[in-house]
Amino acid sequence: MDNSRRKFLKIAGLTAIAGIAAPTAFNSLLKGEVHASSGEASTAGHGGGHEAAPVGKRYGFVIDAQKFAADPGLAPKCINACHSVHNVPDFGNKKDEIKWIWTETYAHAFPDESQYKRNEALHTLPIMTLCNHCDNPPCVRACPTKATFRNPDGIIMMDFHRCIGCRFCMAACPYGARSFNWRDPRPFVKQENPEYPTRMRGVVEKCTMCYERLAEGLMPACAEASKESGGIIFGDLNDPASEVSMVLKEKFTIQRKPALGTKPSIFYII
Amino acid sequence: MIEKALTGDSRYWTWMTILLVLMGVGGACYVQQFNYGLGYTGMSRDVSWGLYISQFTFLVGVAAGGVMLVLPYYLHNYKVFGRITILGEFMAVAAVSMCLMFILADLGQPMRALNVLLHPTPNSILFWDMIVLNVYLFLNLVGGWVMLNAEKKQVPPPKWVKALIYISIPWAISIHTVTAFLYCGLPGRHYWLTAILAPRFLASAFAAGPSLLVICALVLRRYTAFDAGKEAINKLVTIITYAAILNFFFVGLELFVAYYSQIPGHMHTIDYLFFGLQGHDDGIMYNNLVLPMRFSAFIGIAATIALLFPKVRESYTRIGWLCGAIFLSLWIDKGLGLVLGGFVPNPLEYITEYYPSAGEIGITLGVWATGFFILTILYKSAIAVKLAKEN
Repeated sequence: MDNSRRKFLKIAGLTAIAGIAAPTAFNSLLKGEVHASSGEASTAGHGGGHEAAPVGKRYGFVIDAQKFAADPGLAPKCINACHSVHNVPDFGNKKDEIKWIWTETYAHAFPDESQYKRNEALHTLPIMTLCNHCDNPPCVRACPTKATFRNPDGIIMMDFHRCIGCRFCMAACPYGARSFNWRDPRPFVKQENPEYPTRMRGVVEKCTMCYERLAEGLMPACAEASKESGGIIFGDLNDPASEVSMVLKEKFTIQRKPALGTKPSIFYII
Repeated sequence: MIEKALTGDSRYWTWMTILLVLMGVGGACYVQQFNYGLGYTGMSRDVSWGLYISQFTFLVGVAAGGVMLVLPYYLHNYKVFGRITILGEFMAVAAVSMCLMFILADLGQPMRALNVLLHPTPNSILFWDMIVLNVYLFLNLVGGWVMLNAEKKQVPPPKWVKALIYISIPWAISIHTVTAFLYCGLPGRHYWLTAILAPRFLASAFAAGPSLLVICALVLRRYTAFDAGKEAINKLVTIITYAAILNFFFVGLELFVAYYSQIPGHMHTIDYLFFGLQGHDDGIMYNNLVLPMRFSAFIGIAATIALLFPKVRESYTRIGWLCGAIFLSLWIDKGLGLVLGGFVPNPLEYITEYYPSAGEIGITLGVWATGFFILTILYKSAIAVKLAKEN
């Protein structure tokens, strides 16, 4: 091959690569994707209590356990609201179990907290547990296909159609929030809601903070079901005027396993 | 060369038939699992990885173990391993093949496996594990095959193959390090969350892999004209002994940190594995892994100590049994205890015990049989070349 022809091919090749890559890179710069985290840059040390200045939306919940203790019917109402709207199957056995939101005792929801000499009421206090929509989510780090990912508004999403069912996210989640479809779930959905997809076997699922309802301006199903009592308060943690922010300013709240640095978006009033 | 796998005596065909039958059983079980879903296995919401992923983890170690022959031979020009280095490389090929099959068997949506390539995700350790395992398979298969072919034709091997072989040495370390990272980077799984996991994986790998090699070499010596040689076997046994001692030392470090610090999360799984763990609410003692784990510790340590005595090492039979004991011990420790134990207790401190289903065991046996089938074909080709050259 003579020299000029080789040179020409080189230049042509490089131009082609630049032509393909440049617009993509330029676009992502324009969209600001280079700094596209939720605005938390500093990693908190032990305790995870130091969050950076808020930027953009970050949805979260405040769950008032006392409201659930006062009304034993409230928890089933919230669970049912969530599970029926999302076509969560009920297999009636523990091995196949799928759940998005459920009640735990204090000891299991907060295993790192001391149980010693605590008041009696604490032991029976119902704690609503669900995906924490962490700001620093281990499940998103673990997923090999981006089937679980973080939305800019802080919601940890699931793409049921991309999930390969490796269950790495289930091993990674320190809150046991994720369920797997061990078998075809469709025959076990009591009454199908046509507004929301049912799942196929072999994929992971979990609470997605009702992103589909938020898009329509509705509250998450669990928060709506407990609206009258204020058991679950939903809102933008980064908006100082939101109801959640007001409650968080006033009340003492705790998060699950803060020492792991996952920065949950769910706070509990005990 | 591979045509040599089509000739053999009746013992050879019996062995291959047994393997084929097991492969058939595994395949049939897999069809059932494919049609029903992973609920076919004993796994559940709490123990979400079972026999498949634990076998995968153990076999990555066996694959990495091959480097204990490649490194002395190619880097230190240790000629004694010249005749058996190919056995190490081909064992790595068979072991990585099994790893890949176990991963596929474990996927809830195996038809979507290529999503890992379609949507590459560098922050996921599984993505890197996929890369290092496939490259390691390629390095060993090509490296081993080309060297063997050159030997057959009695010509010097091409230069580029040496490069592949040199790369395969640190690559062996990488496959088991990345596999350890799958576990030790997860917050909230205390048993796995330890920086010593990768070194411990490597130590057990460098004992388990060469143990299987010694057993293979002894089987070949007995049933074929191929003799690895006393010196090579002895050197391998020395490597196994050192690696096993390191492994048990590392396990001891884990025990010290857990029990001296008295941090409950660090003690829970070790309690569960060796003594049993009591449920928070029900008060039941859960201990289905205690017997295998104690057995594993006992035979592993006893066999390692026995191998320290030169008198014991004088007989091939004893060496065979002791290497078998070390292999079994490490298989129980890593092929069962490490993965299954890591899920007990679960993140909410409930205890769910796992028992594999019959079909799951069928698939597992099928994959192992496929691995040995590959291994037998490769070894048959290699030995034919070696023996032809010597005669």
